[in-house]
Amino acid sequence: MSEYVLEMRNIWKVYPNGVTANKGVNLKVKKGEIHALLGENGAGKSTLMKILFGFERPTEGEIYYNGELVNINSPYKAIELGIGMVHQHFMLVPSLTVVENVVLGMEPRKGLSIDLKKSIEFVENEMNKYGLPVPLKEKVKDISVGMKQRVEIIKTLVRGADLIILDEPTAVLTPQETVELFKALKNLTKAGKTVIFITHKLNEVKEIADRITVLRRGKTIGEAEVKNITEKDMSRMMVGRDVDIEIDKTPAKPGKIVLEAKNLEYTRFDGVKMLKGVNLKLREGEILGIAGVEGNGQTELVDIITGMDKPENGEIFIFGKNMKEADNPYEFRKIGMSFIPADRMLHGVSKEDTIEENLISDRFNRAPFSKKGVLKYNKITEFAKRMIKEFDIRTDGPKTAVKMLSGGNIQKVVVAREFTSNSKIIVADQPTRGIDIAAADFIRRRLVKERDNNVAVLLISSDLTELLEVSDRILVIYHGEFVAHFENIKEIDEQILGEYMLGIKKMSKEEMGDLI
Amino acid sequence: MNSVLSSILSWDFVASGIRVTTPILLAALGALVAELAGTPNIALEGTMLFSAFVGVIISGFTQSLWLAVIGALLTGIVMSSILAYFSLKLKTDIIMAAIALNIFASGGTIYALYLLTGDKGSSASLKSLVLPNIDIPIIKNIPILGNILSGHHILTYVAIILVFLIQYMLYKTPLGLRIRSVGESPDAARSVGISVFKTQYTALIISGMLASLGGIFLSMGYVSWFARDMTSGRGFIALAAQALGGTSAYGVALGSLLFGFSEALSFSLQFLNIPYEVTQSMPFIITVGALAFYAWNKSRNKRNRDI
Ligand SMILES: Nc1ncnc2c1ncn2[C@@H]1O[C@H](COP(=O)(O)OP(=O)(O)O)[C@@H](O)[C@H]1O
Ligand SMILES: [Mg+2]
Repeated sequence: MSEYVLEMRNIWKVYPNGVTANKGVNLKVKKGEIHALLGENGAGKSTLMKILFGFERPTEGEIYYNGELVNINSPYKAIELGIGMVHQHFMLVPSLTVVENVVLGMEPRKGLSIDLKKSIEFVENEMNKYGLPVPLKEKVKDISVGMKQRVEIIKTLVRGADLIILDEPTAVLTPQETVELFKALKNLTKAGKTVIFITHKLNEVKEIADRITVLRRGKTIGEAEVKNITEKDMSRMMVGRDVDIEIDKTPAKPGKIVLEAKNLEYTRFDGVKMLKGVNLKLREGEILGIAGVEGNGQTELVDIITGMDKPENGEIFIFGKNMKEADNPYEFRKIGMSFIPADRMLHGVSKEDTIEENLISDRFNRAPFSKKGVLKYNKITEFAKRMIKEFDIRTDGPKTAVKMLSGGNIQKVVVAREFTSNSKIIVADQPTRGIDIAAADFIRRRLVKERDNNVAVLLISSDLTELLEVSDRILVIYHGEFVAHFENIKEIDEQILGEYMLGIKKMSKEEMGDLI
Repeated sequence: MNSVLSSILSWDFVASGIRVTTPILLAALGALVAELAGTPNIALEGTMLFSAFVGVIISGFTQSLWLAVIGALLTGIVMSSILAYFSLKLKTDIIMAAIALNIFASGGTIYALYLLTGDKGSSASLKSLVLPNIDIPIIKNIPILGNILSGHHILTYVAIILVFLIQYMLYKTPLGLRIRSVGESPDAARSVGISVFKTQYTALIISGMLASLGGIFLSMGYVSWFARDMTSGRGFIALAAQALGGTSAYGVALGSLLFGFSEALSFSLQFLNIPYEVTQSMPFIITVGALAFYAWNKSRNKRNRDI
């Protein structure tokens, strides 16, 4: 038998919409190793792993598992073979408890009913074996992201997985949670399991992986032992050229306050208080970053600041004007605010419509795009062509439907619209989430450039590296309150932010200063 | 005003409320199972109608209650299978497919009725059996209690038992857990090897059979014949009752009682000096009111995001 537990040979995948996500990919994984599958967003990593897990069928190619040719036509088959997967988007049922989620599909029975006691014993046994405690009786919707991920790992373990695939597991974790995850993964390999770990973060690869395979645009670029390769080489393999990771940035020259939030309070439908008296001041010519574990009130804060929702208490002032009376986001836009929403498919674009239509969706009723209520399509197309060039939107042309684009290019459509609306305030909520490095880098540089043009930028991001690189000030939100304010970014790092994000530390009012 | 009160506070009124509630409840339980599986069954109306028809025809021609009931249940299974085939296999919009089935049931029963009996309006010429009422020994002789508990139609008792059975099935058994998970996050179910298709198909079949029971109650309990479009919107009222009652069978039972008794109220009021138009529109006014409440409640919870 060969030294590889898994060999994927010449895998091709053409999606029904014509996108070829895998173009003859090869992947070889050794038993007991942590194998990093590395590549930019859109490189085809998730697709390859979905094929391995039976979620997608390959158009062509062969999979050898333990030396045997296998036909994995459903997740059921993959599970039977001992392959488990922790997906990028968690596959959990929010309203069910942790234990129900874990035993789903393999429920121990007593007569006709589910044997809850036995289920709990069974899962407890398994979680103790690998040192991965989870709160079994809580509902999944009430537990933290790190916990949800653990539940997913346990789900694979109780099904007897020997090969565990983790799709970008660290993207949603705080640095502390990442440390925990890495410990758990090392334990798993000690117990003889094999791990495939998808990421595009190079420092993580260095820290945890034994070997890597790099994908670029659907093709295998190469494989290597981690100890024989530098981060720079890895990044060159991923991107295909040298990338300049640092952004050159001059110190900010902040001016007057353009956006002010006073004492915002908000209670969610289920009675949880999401904002507990939040204050915030944003000045022109600066980038204010907001850090926090997801679900600590960021969504609510952004919704209120952009006029998508109303606070229960408190007020918003934009250019000194109280926005109490303004009851839709359009009024916020009219007064000079741009907004890059976190959920671009829901709030950023109309996916059935064309690129050009999406690019003018905030200004279609103005000259030169319309005259006397009639759209001037030649002007619109001309504008769209310019945007496609300036923002490097990869497409056949301005009349392509947005839904045909990749995630990164859809985001570029949003960004192109929002950066060209002459706003003095930009609210950017997770602007680079899930898009490729080049596009993300482009957006970050544009944010800095807007700042240099005296625009005020509010940046909400779960990517701490990004926050530290781009922001001039950073606020940390925890349980609906700001618990830290840093005015000197050079002095802090991810670790420090993480401590405040998890509520381990908290600054006093005085320490936070008067800009909040 | 006194006469209004006395007509409402009578045993006849209670009995009539229970009678009207029964078919709504049976179909609403069907609505619940389908809804939780993520495949809302708008075809309940048509399924009830077709089953009501098949039950009467079989009982009329064979004089066998058992065959009639089995035939009606099979009708429910067939209707649900068609719905499942179009929506789950061919991926048609399930609402569209259900509307087509409802229209087909309305026209199809009239056509078949005409072929079989020569009449387009009702099957009165066919002598059909009815399912019996049941007196519970001993209890029926206890004053008040006997009036409430005994002497109802057999399907009323079946419906009550089904409330508990469906609740048990949904919340205590593996099938129920799978139905709920498939309805809430199909990908999560798929990722642990559960067949979304099989689970939703099963849920639709159960839903169809429950609607069938509701249907034969109308034609073989309420009355002993089939009349064109005799369900007159009860399948839709059942959907509203489910929406109002939420995700538990008990809630759905309460929702059904609300609609059942309001309809019964409109019957009783007909005998008083209240304009016919008002009493006739009562159930619909209540339906609209309940749905408005439901929509308001939903929008209040609109921030129910996955956290
Ligand atoms: N279900 C799908 N249908 C059509 N295209 C898809 C689908 N999933 C992914 N793609 C496309 O396939 C390409 C590779 O995506 P993916 O495998 O998710 O990459 P990665 O995980 O490396 O970021 C992208 O262009 C993406 O838009
Ligand atoms: Mg991916």
